[in-house]
Amino acid sequence: MTRAMLKIGVPSKGRLMEKTFDWFGARGLTMVRTGNEREYSGAVQGIQDVELVLLSAGEIPRELAAGRIHLGVTGSDLVRDKLPDWAAQVVDWAAMGFGHADLVLAVPAAWIDVDTLDDLDAAAAAFRATHGHRLRIATKYHRLVRDFLTANGVADYALVDSQGATEGTVKNLTAEAIADITSSGETLRANHLKMLADGLIHRSQATLYAARRADWSGRAATLAALAARLGLAVPRLSG
Amino acid sequence: MKAAIRAEAERLHAALLHAGAAPVEADILLPADILLDLYGEDIRARAYITADPLNGEMMLRPDFTVPVVQAHMKGGADPARYAYMGEVFRRQEHLDGRAREYMQVGYEVFDRDAPQADAEVFALFSTLLADLNLRPATGDIGILMAAVRGLSTTDRRKAALQRHIWRPRRFRALLDRFAGRAPVPPARAALLQRLASDAPQALITAAGPLVGLRSAEDIAARAEALLEDARAPAIAAPEAALLYDLLSLEAPSCAALSHLRGIAPMLPAITPAVDRFEARLGALAANGIDVDTLPFEASHGRTTLEYYDGFVFSLHGPDDLPPIASGGRYDALTAVLGAGRSIPAVGGIIRPGLVARLRGGQR
Repeated sequence: MTRAMLKIGVPSKGRLMEKTFDWFGARGLTMVRTGNEREYSGAVQGIQDVELVLLSAGEIPRELAAGRIHLGVTGSDLVRDKLPDWAAQVVDWAAMGFGHADLVLAVPAAWIDVDTLDDLDAAAAAFRATHGHRLRIATKYHRLVRDFLTANGVADYALVDSQGATEGTVKNLTAEAIADITSSGETLRANHLKMLADGLIHRSQATLYAARRADWSGRAATLAALAARLGLAVPRLSG
Repeated sequence: MKAAIRAEAERLHAALLHAGAAPVEADILLPADILLDLYGEDIRARAYITADPLNGEMMLRPDFTVPVVQAHMKGGADPARYAYMGEVFRRQEHLDGRAREYMQVGYEVFDRDAPQADAEVFALFSTLLADLNLRPATGDIGILMAAVRGLSTTDRRKAALQRHIWRPRRFRALLDRFAGRAPVPPARAALLQRLASDAPQALITAAGPLVGLRSAEDIAARAEALLEDARAPAIAAPEAALLYDLLSLEAPSCAALSHLRGIAPMLPAITPAVDRFEARLGALAANGIDVDTLPFEASHGRTTLEYYDGFVFSLHGPDDLPPIASGGRYDALTAVLGAGRSIPAVGGIIRPGLVARLRGGQR
């Protein structure tokens, strides 16, 4: 009989992968890549019945939601943006203390009349009246940005999709403002943009999630053992 | 169940045709741009949008009102009454089993006798659903809009309030500020101080290169508007108090009317809207509605779709169900879609799926 494996999804490359390996390593669990350099497979040493799955960080939310992995490490920004009703789909088990990035709303620094969401809303109304279309905000975080603006009563804007070089969209006249990830604000400044005083949409960091919809049968003991090794309480997966 | 819902829809639709409506059809796949322009970006979270390779973004019909108004404005009779039935599609962002696709049966009246038309729609729905003992809720966004228009303050403040009538939280925050009940936020105070320190153009230049489509003139105009607003006196306390009172008014309709008559001398701008309210109550009574007990809430309908601007109503069943029927007056929408023409319009929808569920439970 094959043992029920507990699958943990981890970013497959870059600093996020290294930091994740370090985080588990510091808790006595060694994650290693197996096979050759280009092969995305790995193993977890120091605990029984846990399988390592290397995935693109951007795909980990979807894999968690589908229950194809039991646990996953990814940015909280990605989970909140990609999974509607995210808390009903995954449990945020542990904030891991790295991969910090802030999703912020930014406007041209020369907009001396706009410092807050209140100003942005009023400027958007005037912009629409003058220019005949809604004020465009470029982002790839559509759900997070839209929910944030709706909750704050900002109207007369339109989101335009930008999958990269978002800070450049204002200069290129494809957007009037942006919502993007920043860690130091340097890229914003270099592109003559400034963050709104109350424009912090989400403070993201790498987070260990547990999938509510995964098949947990026969894995309770493994999860409990893992929780003990990580010094965490066993997550409540239902309700 | 689908067959039972369709049968219920057909029964309701037939009753609306019998009441004098002409049948009208609408496309399921609608151009998204007009709906996005009307509802704003929020609609993306509530409707299914798909891309047509040639026609751009298309939307699965989120409601019938817009296509029916468009069809009417292209040359409908005056007055006109329409009935329709079909699916609407609502994107859901929660895992709680809210319907993504459901039938609506609707009735829209384009008639210049507004109070009579309001009463007609409400009374017709009430009669059709009388056996379900639904709890009615009514309101009138026109009274609130008239009150805002009548405030003794700047046009800019009135426009800002008017624009956020359908966003109660923001409306309240703005009103608190304009009435001097909330302190000027520190960020705004700092902004005003900076704006007062030099000419806008100099400040813009000092802030760095201006990027993007929003021009220096746009920025200067708003800077000027902010300074002007800072100089404008707060809305006088008694007048603000009347508006707060109005926002929280909840009473049986006849009592609400007396209350509004009582405050009208101090807020004369609402008088025509209150006259319309009174005329509507008369028409409702003539249609057999007991207006002594009919609930009225001045803020009812403020969180629904952003086009109602007069009478609004809904009929509620058990608390765990969405409203069984709802509707309202949308005069301004006909002007927006009518390319310069407009006609007073009121309408509403019934959800036959919910009706079938309630009737099924009874049998």
